[in-house]
Amino acid sequence: MGRARLVLRSVAPFLLSLPVLWLLQRASPPDVSIVLVSIAVNVILAVSLNVVNGFTGQFSIGHAAFMAVGAYTAALLTTGLADVQLLGLGEGASDGVIFLLALVAGMASASLAGLAVGIPSLRLRGDYLAIVTLGFGEIIRVVIENTRALGQATGISGLPAHTNVIWAGMGVVATVVMARRLLLSTQGRALLAIREDEVAAEAMGVDTVGWKVRAFVISAAFAGLAGALLVHKIQLVTPRMFTFVKSMEVVVMVVLGGMGSITGSIVAATVLTVALEWLRGLDQYRMVIFSMLLIVLMLTRPTGIFGTREIWEAVPRWLRRRGGAA
Amino acid sequence: MSGAGEPVLEARGVTMRFGGLTALGGFDLALRPGELVGLIGPNGAGKTTAFNALTGVYAPSEGEVRVCGQRANGLRPHRICALGVARTFQNVRLFKELTAFDNVRIACHAGSRSGFTSAWLLTPTHDAEERRIAERADAFLAVMELSHRRDELARNLPYGEQRRLEIARALATGPRVLCLDEPAAGMNASEKVALLELIRTVRDRFSLAILVIEHDMRLVLGVSERVLVLDHGVTIAHGRPEEVRRDPKVIEAYLGDGKLKLRPPRAGGGAG
Repeated sequence: MGRARLVLRSVAPFLLSLPVLWLLQRASPPDVSIVLVSIAVNVILAVSLNVVNGFTGQFSIGHAAFMAVGAYTAALLTTGLADVQLLGLGEGASDGVIFLLALVAGMASASLAGLAVGIPSLRLRGDYLAIVTLGFGEIIRVVIENTRALGQATGISGLPAHTNVIWAGMGVVATVVMARRLLLSTQGRALLAIREDEVAAEAMGVDTVGWKVRAFVISAAFAGLAGALLVHKIQLVTPRMFTFVKSMEVVVMVVLGGMGSITGSIVAATVLTVALEWLRGLDQYRMVIFSMLLIVLMLTRPTGIFGTREIWEAVPRWLRRRGGAA
Repeated sequence: MSGAGEPVLEARGVTMRFGGLTALGGFDLALRPGELVGLIGPNGAGKTTAFNALTGVYAPSEGEVRVCGQRANGLRPHRICALGVARTFQNVRLFKELTAFDNVRIACHAGSRSGFTSAWLLTPTHDAEERRIAERADAFLAVMELSHRRDELARNLPYGEQRRLEIARALATGPRVLCLDEPAAGMNASEKVALLELIRTVRDRFSLAILVIEHDMRLVLGVSERVLVLDHGVTIAHGRPEEVRRDPKVIEAYLGDGKLKLRPPRAGGGAG
């Protein structure tokens, strides 16, 4: 009884969002569905990058590289197992299980890449992480472009179209639940302490290197999830999808929304994705528009749109104020 | 009454060199539970260097640091903190954008057994851990008389309360030794006396050993049971306050010509 309640509490966000996502999936035509999936992917990217750049106060600018690692791992698995039907399962269920395994594998390989990058570069304080992640992003791309098994520059096409609004939405729920529960826990406070003052955090018993690496690995894993989800919607994975421009796009989302605000990342990722979709013809001016947006923001609201505030903090306060006034 | 038992913090011949400069040479210290020892010396004498060598910010170039009998040389600060040495900083280093409550809660984290997974799954262990941390943090805020500031951002607290919050945070790590780097800097005379009373209360309540750096000679000589005097990185005197006060070497190094008259501190006394 008590045990069932506990399990229910821990998975409640998933159960509650399932019917909503199912309805959305049913109601959206293919062209809307692809926009919804790309919004979801960008929300996952922005929220997960916020764990490193916003909560922990480190500066990573290579998120697209981890996305690529996850995307390619999952793509290899789903194409390799395309004709496999798991014993005792129907065709749909079998594909679902294989896709779930591919997503988990994508997250695992991306987190291993995160570990490999994080351990050497997070021992140092300062801007080293930015430089290393920037370099790593380029290395991954060049390696893929020169590996025959990964299809070199043309990539891998004909991936099964597993991702729909439900899968992508579940990815968003998982990411937001991860970030939010982290932020409200003692583990998350250790990350905030590192952001506020690394020397003091260390003196208060926080293993700063260990926690920075953990945050970085988690963030990389969810970038891998985003990559795996994206490529199974557009049924194609190429190295050109994961350039420095993509990484910067995510950084801009985090900064615009407010470093450290989950709500901000979600809102900024949604707005920017829709705007980019809308301004598709201006694609080559994307970086110009982003730079101008950032400059305007820095001048008018240096902490980002939401600062470090969250919607779940603001709503109760607003209700209290209204209650007090009435 | 004080100074009984094995030393909780011991330094033997601790030397810190930065290139050719010896900032601290052959520093010896044995701090026993319940003791309040003052560390004084003119500007640049090596007091903060000594603190940093003891708390792991620097790895000593030579010598040995022991915490509760365990060798602590070259350990990172969070490990030394786990061994039972907590500190405050000369220029207050709070987590400014977090509340007073969160500042203290972070210091309670060290003993936490719950990991990421339990935080994500909201397991009962995690709930119990968060409750324990919250209770502990509230208790230490109360000890330092800061309960009324619980939900305010650290940067919005008045200066004196920021200093007290730093001590609350250090206490929350569960130390055996508390190192205070100029805890009364920037306070007026009556605030200083009140703070030192508070520090003594805390020491007796948690049977701590306290090492305190202080610039105000009258203050430190009035409250410490033992005083160490540093000058140019060398310990030039060590003993009871009244002996140290009369030591000609100290008078020369610290007070210049020795014409300055020292009086014991009075409660609420005017600035000297």
